[in-house]
Amino acid sequence: MTEHGIGARVLRKEDKRFITGKGRYTDDIRNERQTYAAFVRSPHAHATVNSIDKSAASAMDGVIAVLDGKQLTGDGIGNLICGWAVSSKDGSGMNMGAWSALATDRVRYVGDAVAMVVAETQAAARAAAEAVEVDYGELPSVVQAVDALKKGAPQLHDNAPGNLIFDWGLGDEAATDKALAGAAHVTEMRILNNRLAPNPMEPRSAIAAYDEAEDHYTLHTTSQNPHLARLVLSAFYQVAPEHKLRVIAPDVGGGFGSKIYIYPEEIACLWAAMKTKRSVKWTASRSEAFMTDAHGRDHVSTARIGFDADNRIVGLKVDTIANLGAYMSLFSSAVPTYLYATLLSGQYDIANIYCNVRTVYTNTVPVDAYRGAGRPEACFLVERIMETAAREMGVDPAELRRVNFVKSFPHQTPVIMAYDVGDFAGNLDQALEAADYKGFPARKAEAAKRGKLRGIGLASYIEACGIAPSAAVGSLGAGVGLWESAEVRVNPVGTIEVLTGSHSHGQGHETTFAQVVADRLDLPIENIQIVHGDTDKVQFGMGTYGSRSGPVGLSAIVKALDKIEAKVKKIAAHVLEVSEDDLVIENGQVKVAGTDRAMAWHEVGLAAYTAHNLPAGMEPGLKEGAFYDPTNFTFPAGTYVCEVEVDPETGTTEIVQFVASDDFGTIINPMIVEGQVHGGIAQGVGQAMLENVVYDEDGQLLSASYMDYAMPRADDLPSFTIHHHSTKSPSNPLGLKGCGEAGAIGSPPAIINAITDAIGTNALDMPATPPRVWAALQTASAKIAAE
Amino acid sequence: MTEISMTVNGTAARAAVPDNTLLVEFLREHLRLTGTHVGCDTSQCGACVVHVDGRAVKSCTMLAASAEGARVTTIEGLSNGELHPMQVAFKENHGLQCGFCTPGMIMTATDMVARYTANGRELSEKAIRHELEGNICRCTGYHNIVRAIQDGAAKMASS
Repeated sequence: MTEHGIGARVLRKEDKRFITGKGRYTDDIRNERQTYAAFVRSPHAHATVNSIDKSAASAMDGVIAVLDGKQLTGDGIGNLICGWAVSSKDGSGMNMGAWSALATDRVRYVGDAVAMVVAETQAAARAAAEAVEVDYGELPSVVQAVDALKKGAPQLHDNAPGNLIFDWGLGDEAATDKALAGAAHVTEMRILNNRLAPNPMEPRSAIAAYDEAEDHYTLHTTSQNPHLARLVLSAFYQVAPEHKLRVIAPDVGGGFGSKIYIYPEEIACLWAAMKTKRSVKWTASRSEAFMTDAHGRDHVSTARIGFDADNRIVGLKVDTIANLGAYMSLFSSAVPTYLYATLLSGQYDIANIYCNVRTVYTNTVPVDAYRGAGRPEACFLVERIMETAAREMGVDPAELRRVNFVKSFPHQTPVIMAYDVGDFAGNLDQALEAADYKGFPARKAEAAKRGKLRGIGLASYIEACGIAPSAAVGSLGAGVGLWESAEVRVNPVGTIEVLTGSHSHGQGHETTFAQVVADRLDLPIENIQIVHGDTDKVQFGMGTYGSRSGPVGLSAIVKALDKIEAKVKKIAAHVLEVSEDDLVIENGQVKVAGTDRAMAWHEVGLAAYTAHNLPAGMEPGLKEGAFYDPTNFTFPAGTYVCEVEVDPETGTTEIVQFVASDDFGTIINPMIVEGQVHGGIAQGVGQAMLENVVYDEDGQLLSASYMDYAMPRADDLPSFTIHHHSTKSPSNPLGLKGCGEAGAIGSPPAIINAITDAIGTNALDMPATPPRVWAALQTASAKIAAE
Repeated sequence: MTEISMTVNGTAARAAVPDNTLLVEFLREHLRLTGTHVGCDTSQCGACVVHVDGRAVKSCTMLAASAEGARVTTIEGLSNGELHPMQVAFKENHGLQCGFCTPGMIMTATDMVARYTANGRELSEKAIRHELEGNICRCTGYHNIVRAIQDGAAKMASS
């Protein structure tokens, strides 16, 4: 390991601009003659749009244009799409309802945009948006997915009878039923996964500019995947052809999934820039973010798991209803299916699994991927029911897990995934040791003396990352390939630019990616620049989500480095008149092994560009590109242990210990990886104890500000103990598995398992707020008293 | 319109602004000091914290006119040439990821250390977590922010 190479705790190259206030986020940018957009949004959960009176708004000072959905569709702007086709069990396709960037005749959730105002100032735009008179015809609404499926429920889309989008299944139902019928013990649970708002701290923002002379558009936007945005804006929304549209995602202040999608506002700003011939800027307020950023989770499931007499799992059957909101967001269909049911085997050897998923329209914000995306829902279900089963059977929960772990690899689960490597017992042992699991009864007794109920909970998670092998996801309905691209440019002076299709919005790629290059070429990290986030600079890219930047994005860089190394050795062999096989790259030189004959790195660069003395037929220059398509998913896994103390008087829960043992494969920068885990766990604590998107019966969003939605604060959280026990992924050249989502996947079940252990009941929904914990405790105490 | 004048990062700033202009709008849109951020609309997130006459203030909650005659320091003015010890501590302890909350965190942290130092109180981990009530970070889980502030406090004491 070199000082700046793979495995080193290198401080981040990108930090200087952020700690000095020189970061460049979208809202920091202001174009010449900038105009500002504000959107007129539905105050109703469900209504017809009868008419829009723009006269008063149009007459206001500073207003340039008031635009509506009929104009937008009239100009040929296409409807928003879902990019992953999932079919029902009967073979019928999914029922995708029409979603126009500006609603034309009907609104389906509070916040649905019906018109936009473009004005000289933001204040003028917002004031005029208030003055647009929309005549709505209120319709009955429905917000819970279970209610939306009931007979007589309000219907959202004409082509989705019963509000059903699809009724999908995975696995062998008959075999699973048979296995459960023969089980020695069956545990059954109803498990809710609460709806969350992603809440990156930077609200979404878009600045569209139109160059009339060139008929060319430039969009600065808060995106995790600018190339995908350009592709979708061009191919589906017909805003502009790809070669006439540049998308730039500059510094982006967090994403967590919510900035994957191409939203109505970006489409509308681009279109409005063309209409007004002015640059149009829009930045969401936090309330708008709550009302329009895709939400996450929102599952209602029932699950049955069966064990034989030796405590081995014989079958798992799951029925899930997933709320997708008012419209199908870009990857909404894949999240509760291929990113969810495929992980229901957990870390366990389960011969029979069947999962049925019904996806449903409701009058709520569209739901899509949020940190973990389907995998937290799967992990929560599996790890809650394992813990509950252990308690019912009187078995140590750690031992029940251990008995059922997959122990040999590769392992084909009955739900598509083929686990390639792992040491699940190794992570469990490490976590139990670090948490002093054996010492828990003494700590519980000590806490009881102080009047506190102490509990301990485990979760052994697995996730599928490195998303994803293109042919595999294509066969499952994905509309895109999920490879990544990279380009390595060695300049004539020997410095290096790496252009990547991955996008960093907090993950530290400018450092981690440079470490890999520094390691490979044995060069100072200062000589390496990572370039990302601009479709005019980077050839293509699928962006950052699903913990894919390491396993997929870095693999593309490694592949390009392979080509660079091959060419460098050819040039040096020619100049030094030796065989390529005798050359090594070391200490900033291309050396003849075992001698002091060498070319300095910059001499090779210069030789490539002067082209005075290259091998016959070789092209000048030193620049190589690569596309990398993964051969399999990667499978980060591990065990989390949470220990809590509950105050029985108030139901207040304090996390007194949180220990993680993760297997992320090769770790490039432990400091950054630990930071990813900290943040993931914090979001998991948020889901488990604090956060909940709440709609009232009329579809009004009650949790639309930080006064109403409980974001985790510093004093809600403990410090975390993070350990690693790694097995290298065989599926990519560096052995990486990905680390961005694990914390958010593994922590909610560990926390709820700990709280339910403390209060002596298995029934407790997230978020486990003090009133809920207190109420569950009263029920549990009453039950004990009655017995 | 209101005529306002104040000192921002040591430089006199004067402008005529609409009466309802917030201090953060004045800093970002008139002075183009975009290091101060807006992360919410209810004074909860703290991305907009600056120092007004030496005290931490949420600049989204103060009218620019209310800062008339004041001495305002933003993240851009925290250091002169060399980084402030708290900025160094945030980098060295990986106390930031996406960077959006970071300016507000650093301005809050320096104010926190100054207040505890002035009062001779110990800035424990618990106190830091309590003091961060008005600053939200979605990336770090606060673990390394707490470490950074502890380290920054030590660095400030020895500088």
